Amino acid sequence: MLHLHTLWFIILAILWVGFFVLEGFDLGVGALHSVVGRNDTERRVAINTIGPWWDGNEVWLIVAGAGTFAAFPGWYATWFSALYLALLLLLLALMARGVAFEFKGKLEDPRWRRTWMWCMTLGSLLIPLLLGVGLGDLLHGLPIDSAHNYTGNFFDLLTPYGLWSGVTLLGLCLLHGATFLGLRTEGPLRERARALARPLGWTASALVVGFVAWTLAVSGHADVPGPVQVLAVLAVLFAARLVSTEADGWAFTASAVAIAATVGSLFIELYPNVMVSSTNAAYNLTVTNSVSGHYALTVMTIVTVVIFPVVLLYQGWSFYVFRDRVKAPPSQSEPPPPTAVPSTPQA
Amino acid sequence: MTNDLARWQFATTSIYHFLFVPVTIGLAFLVALLQTAWYRNEKPEYRRLTRFFGTLLLINVAVGVVSGLVQEFEFGMNWSAYSRFVGDVFGGPLAMEGLAAFFLESTFLGLWLFGWDRLPRRVHLSCIWLVAVGTILSAMFIMVANSWMQHPVGYVLNSHGQPELNNVGALFTNPTFLWGYVHVVLASLITGTLLMLAVSAWQIRNGRDVESFHHTARISVIILLPTILLTMFVGSELGVVEAKYQPVKIAAAEAQWNNCKPCSFSAFQIGGGKNDKTPSQIIPIPDLLSVLATNSFSGGVVGLNQLQKQDETKYGPGNYIPDVFIQYWSMRIMAYVASLIVLLALWGGWLLHKGRLDQSKWFLRLSMWAVLTPFVMNTAGWMLTENGRQPWIVQGLMKTIHANSPSVTSTDLWISIVVFVLAYTALGAADVLLMLRYARKGLGEDGHDAELRSGANSGATSIPALTY
Repeated sequence: MLHLHTLWFIILAILWVGFFVLEGFDLGVGALHSVVGRNDTERRVAINTIGPWWDGNEVWLIVAGAGTFAAFPGWYATWFSALYLALLLLLLALMARGVAFEFKGKLEDPRWRRTWMWCMTLGSLLIPLLLGVGLGDLLHGLPIDSAHNYTGNFFDLLTPYGLWSGVTLLGLCLLHGATFLGLRTEGPLRERARALARPLGWTASALVVGFVAWTLAVSGHADVPGPVQVLAVLAVLFAARLVSTEADGWAFTASAVAIAATVGSLFIELYPNVMVSSTNAAYNLTVTNSVSGHYALTVMTIVTVVIFPVVLLYQGWSFYVFRDRVKAPPSQSEPPPPTAVPSTPQA
Repeated sequence: MTNDLARWQFATTSIYHFLFVPVTIGLAFLVALLQTAWYRNEKPEYRRLTRFFGTLLLINVAVGVVSGLVQEFEFGMNWSAYSRFVGDVFGGPLAMEGLAAFFLESTFLGLWLFGWDRLPRRVHLSCIWLVAVGTILSAMFIMVANSWMQHPVGYVLNSHGQPELNNVGALFTNPTFLWGYVHVVLASLITGTLLMLAVSAWQIRNGRDVESFHHTARISVIILLPTILLTMFVGSELGVVEAKYQPVKIAAAEAQWNNCKPCSFSAFQIGGGKNDKTPSQIIPIPDLLSVLATNSFSGGVVGLNQLQKQDETKYGPGNYIPDVFIQYWSMRIMAYVASLIVLLALWGGWLLHKGRLDQSKWFLRLSMWAVLTPFVMNTAGWMLTENGRQPWIVQGLMKTIHANSPSVTSTDLWISIVVFVLAYTALGAADVLLMLRYARKGLGEDGHDAELRSGANSGATSIPALTY
C-alpha cells in the first residue's frame, strides 16, 4: 500500500520534473534569445516562441514550492530558510526575467530594450543554476541541527556537488532551449539555434555523465547507475546526435527526456530523505519526520486528483493552439504588396 | 532584532504586492466586460477599448506576479518556525491557489494575449473571463489562509501541540473569511474601476476618442456607487465578526481603553496611545461604535485594559495590545477615504443622470487624481487587519515573536531588505512610467487595426502587437 507521504514525494518530484521539462526550454530560449536573434525583430520572434506559455510553465515551480509547504512543512521551512540568500538571488532573477517579457517591447528606446534584454538573459541563466544548487544540496547534505535548523552560512550552500548539479541543469536548459528554437523557428534563426545546439549537446552530455557518476558517489546507494540515470545519459547523447539531423521534433523530445530523467534521478536517489544533514545522519529530514497530518494529505490528494488533470488538459490545449512555427514579419523596408493578398494559412 | 527586521520586510513587500493585486482583479473583470460588449455589439471601438485596457492590465500583472512570487517564498525564508508550525493547515490553501488559480490565470492570459486572431471569438472571450475567474479564485485561497490566521478554525492540536487540519470545510466557511473575502474583492473592483475612470477622464479632458472613453467613464460610474456602498456595508459586518473573535483589534481601532456601553465613535482624537489612555475625543458620534462593533445601538465594547487582563489570565503574562495609534488611524483613513469615494460616485452618478458626465471639467479633473484613493484605502485596510492581530501571528496559537527563522541572521535580513527596496523601486518606476505612457496613448495605436485591414490575420505572420 502506497503511503500518502510517498505519494506526495512522488507528486513533488513530478512537479519539479514537469517544471524543468517545460520551463527548461523557456529558460534556454531566454538565455539564448540575444545570441540567436541578431536584431530586435529576430529577438522578438525568439521570445514569442515561448510567449503564450512561459508564465503557465513557471507556475509548476510555484506549485512545487507551495506543495512542499502543504505536504512537508518541515522540509519547506528548513530548505527555504537555509537557502535564504540563494533564494533572494533567485527571486531577483525571476523578477527581472518575468517583468522583461512584458516590459521590453513597450518602449522604443534602445537603452530600455538593452536593459531588459540583459535582465532576460542573466535571469534565465541564473534560475536553473541556482535551482540546481538548491536541489543538489538536498542530496549532498547541509549542516542541519537536531531541531532541523540550518547552521551554516551562504558559502556552505556552495557544495561542489550542488554546484555541479546547478551547472548540469543550466547546460541541459540551454540545450533544451536550442532544440526548442530549432523546432519553433525557421530560416536564419533556426540555423543559428541548430548551430548552437551542437556544442551545447556535447557539453550537456559530459555534464550529465559527470552528474550521474557524482550522484552515485554522494548517495552511496549503489555502484551501478539505475535505469533512470542510464536513460538520462542515453537521452542527452541522442539529443547531442540528433541536433545535427533535420529531425527537430526528435531532438527536442530527446532533450526533454534528458532533463526529465536527470531531475527525476535526483529525487529517486534522495528518497526517503528529503534533506540530508551533513552534521549527523540522525538529523536528516525524511518523508516521515517532516510530513503533514493524514487528513491534510488526504484533502490535498483529492484536490490534486480532481484539478491537476484539468490543468494538464488546458495547458496541453494551449500548446496545441500555438503549435505552428513562429515567423518573422515581412521586413519593414520592403514595400507592401500592391494588393492586400491574405497570406496562405500555414498547415 | 531579526524578528523586527523580518516583520518590516514582510510588511513592506506585502503592502507593495497589494498595490498591484487589486488592479489585476478589478481590471481583469472590467476588460472581460468590455470584450463581452464587443462580442455582442461588434463595434470596433469596444475592441479597441478592450485592447487598450488589456495592455494596462498586462503591465500591471507583470509586477503583480513577480511580487507575488516573493510572498510565496518569504513564508519559508523568513518565517520558518511559523511555516513548520502551521504548514499542515496553512500550506493547503496556498498549494490549492497554485493548482486551481495560478495555472488558470497564466495559461488563459497567454491564450488571450496571443489568441486574438487565432481563436474563434467566443473562445477568445471565454479566455479573458477565465483569467478574471483565476484572479478571484486566487484571492479566495489566499483569504482562506489569511482568515485562518485571524480566526483559526477546523483544526486540532496534535501530540506536539501543533495545529492539524481536521475540517477543511470550516476553513472555507470561516466567518472572517466569508466577509473578508467579499470585502477584498469589492475593494479590488473599486480600484480597477477608479483606474478606468481616471484614464477615461484624462482622455476625455484631452479631447481624445471622447465618444469611446465616454463609454468607459459611464461604465465606471455605474459600477462605482453600488460597489463602494456594498464594500462599506460588508466591511462593517466584517468589523462585527472581528469584534466577536478578535475584540482587541476593534477596541484598539477605536482606542477604547475601558469598557463602554453604549459607545461613541470619535471622528478624530488627540492622544489615546499607550501613554495617554484618556484621549480627547473630537467630534464624538454617540452610539456609533456600538453599532459598528455589535450591530446594536446599545451594544457594549470591552475596553483594552479589561481585554489585556483577560488575555493574561488565558495566555500568561505579556502585552496583548497592538499599536493603538496605527490601529486607530488606519481605521479612520480607510473609512474616510471610502467616504470620499462615495461622494465622487454620487457626483458622477448625478452628472451621468443629467447627461453631463464628459462636460464637467472639475469632475474629470478630480477623477484623475482619485485614482490614488483606492491604494491608500486598501493599504490602510490591511494595516488595520494585520496590525490588529499583533502580538499574534496566528490569533491565540502562535506569537509573531516566535515565528521567524532561527537560522536567518540580521545581516541576511538587511541584505534582503536593501535588495527588495532597490528592486521594487526600479520595478515600480518602470511600471508607473509604462502605465502613464500607455494610458495616454490613443485608441487603436497598437497596430491591430492595420493588421486587420491588411488581412494578415492568418496568425502565422502576425506577432502580437500587444507585447514584446
